[in-house]
Amino acid sequence: MAALYIILTASVIAISCGLLGSFLILRKMALVGDAISHAVLPGIVLAFLISGSRDNIPMLIGAAVLGVITTLIIEMLQKKAGMQEDASIGITFTWLFALGVILITSYTGQVDLDQECVLYGEIAYVPLDTFNLSNGLSLGPRALWISGSVLLLIIAFILKGYKGLVLTTFNKDYAASIGISTAFWQLAFMSLVSLTTVVSFESVGAILVVALLVAPPAAAYLLSQNLKKMLWLSTLFGILTAVGGYYLALVLDGSIAGAMATFAGVLFAGAWGWSKLTSKHSGTIPVTDKKNISTFF
Amino acid sequence: MDIRPDCPAIEVHNLTASYNRKPVLWDVDFALPQGKLVGIVGPNGSGKTTLLRNMMGLMKPDSGYVNLFGKSLDEVREKVSYVPQRETVDWDFPASVMDVVEMGRYRKGNLFKRLSKQDKILCTEALEKVGLLDLAKRQISQLSGGQQQRVFLARSLAQQADLYLMDEPFVGVDAATEESILALLTQMKSEGKTVVIVHHDLQTAYEYFDWIVLLNTRLVASGEKEKVFTPQLLQEAYGGRLTVLSRIGDLMAKQDFPLREKEFKEAKGTGDGKTY
Ligand SMILES: Nc1ncnc2c1ncn2[C@@H]1O[C@H](COP(=O)(O)OP(=O)(O)O)[C@@H](O)[C@H]1O
Ligand SMILES: [Mg+2]
Repeated sequence: MAALYIILTASVIAISCGLLGSFLILRKMALVGDAISHAVLPGIVLAFLISGSRDNIPMLIGAAVLGVITTLIIEMLQKKAGMQEDASIGITFTWLFALGVILITSYTGQVDLDQECVLYGEIAYVPLDTFNLSNGLSLGPRALWISGSVLLLIIAFILKGYKGLVLTTFNKDYAASIGISTAFWQLAFMSLVSLTTVVSFESVGAILVVALLVAPPAAAYLLSQNLKKMLWLSTLFGILTAVGGYYLALVLDGSIAGAMATFAGVLFAGAWGWSKLTSKHSGTIPVTDKKNISTFF
Repeated sequence: MDIRPDCPAIEVHNLTASYNRKPVLWDVDFALPQGKLVGIVGPNGSGKTTLLRNMMGLMKPDSGYVNLFGKSLDEVREKVSYVPQRETVDWDFPASVMDVVEMGRYRKGNLFKRLSKQDKILCTEALEKVGLLDLAKRQISQLSGGQQQRVFLARSLAQQADLYLMDEPFVGVDAATEESILALLTQMKSEGKTVVIVHHDLQTAYEYFDWIVLLNTRLVASGEKEKVFTPQLLQEAYGGRLTVLSRIGDLMAKQDFPLREKEFKEAKGTGDGKTY
């Protein structure tokens, strides 16, 4: 049962990350998940200072809010200060992380608070923290319930907002030209990324989340001609990563999160090799189609 | 030279715009007629793209404003179609030709709904007009530059607008496609549409457009092409880039510039190889 819960939770999180990661890659923001993983620290500390407890809910909220702020600062540095994207990501998360460290060392005193214990979960413990009814009946791991809800939210957002999300990803200027607020879509999407990242950190740890946001969708990208296929493949690769990684960890008798992240990398390498082998058409620009030109008017 | 049409499609009023406080457009003020092919012409970096972006409300000007059909953009948005420069999007995006053309039917009001049958018919017609119907399902990364440009054109046609603002639709396009695009634009004009085109090639500008705006940060001239294409005004817009200018000057001196388009075309490409 424990194995099933771990694989199930990891799969759900991998699907969430894969779906959002697909859009992150297409928006050229693949590194933002990485940035958020560090930048949320001051949010956690502030939530702790304000609420005065080590309860998870305020900390998750604090972290998620900081995640959104992170993406806003990154965007502002790019637009207003004209900085390169990688430089603005680099400066934002190191600065926020440092701010968090200062806050911890100067305000929280003797209280043992560091982001390892608050936020960065260990997937092996997922089955231990269960969601119980008042009569003691266990409904399964809390992490599975939370990440399941987040996945449903993501699926609803993508299904309902598909056109807006795709349009603002592919061609921002055009979207703005027909009166669609690109800022709204960016904010809505990045809020979801932030929430997902933070919730997933808590369950499966930071490294795995960052790997899941990038590797499965990147592999899917290499093998897809259309976005729907890319989203399905990301989902499939996410599940494969969860299952394959779990058994790899068993075989190696090592860290589950580490094995899953490794497995995701291997999957990506496989997808890359496959795309090289099969790419008779993709990657090469075909000569202009003579027949079409002649019928073109 | 600044000729004012009656009933303008576009009025630009004292527009000044800048990036990082460096002005790129300076007090630009002109008006464009309806139902014409209009070229916005000027050397590289003269602010043509910036001008179009300001017309579409994509950046905030320092001062000035733009009216379309005598109204603000928001009031007439559905009558206006914008075609960005081709290289502003990632053509490796996992989307098919039809996916992109369908974006031409997206509206604020239908963003959360499915496209209607009528929308799909309009998209098919638009693709047919640019000769890409056979390639409707192909991924956009598998297209040549000219085909990508035609996908953008089809998306724009699908919008069913009255005013079209196109940024460099002839760049990276082969000669055959160039001619067919031009034929399409001429047909649009005959249907009463106004088409404004940013164009950097002085050599073809005269041939293609009815009305020409010469731009170089400031407005140099705006008017019927015959009145705008004078050596003095071209010199003013293009400054010392004389390779092109002297030949155009020669042709104009011989008074056969408007007539001998063929000869002019043959001379094309023998300039200094730069694009303007
Ligand atoms: N996003 C930007 N940031 C800073 N400078 C820009 C930006 N876009 C254009 N410029 C500068 O503004 C000037 C005009 O650019 P543009 O309007 O693209 O000219 P054109 O389309 O006529 O070639 C150029 O000098 C260009 O370098
Ligand atoms: Mg330009």
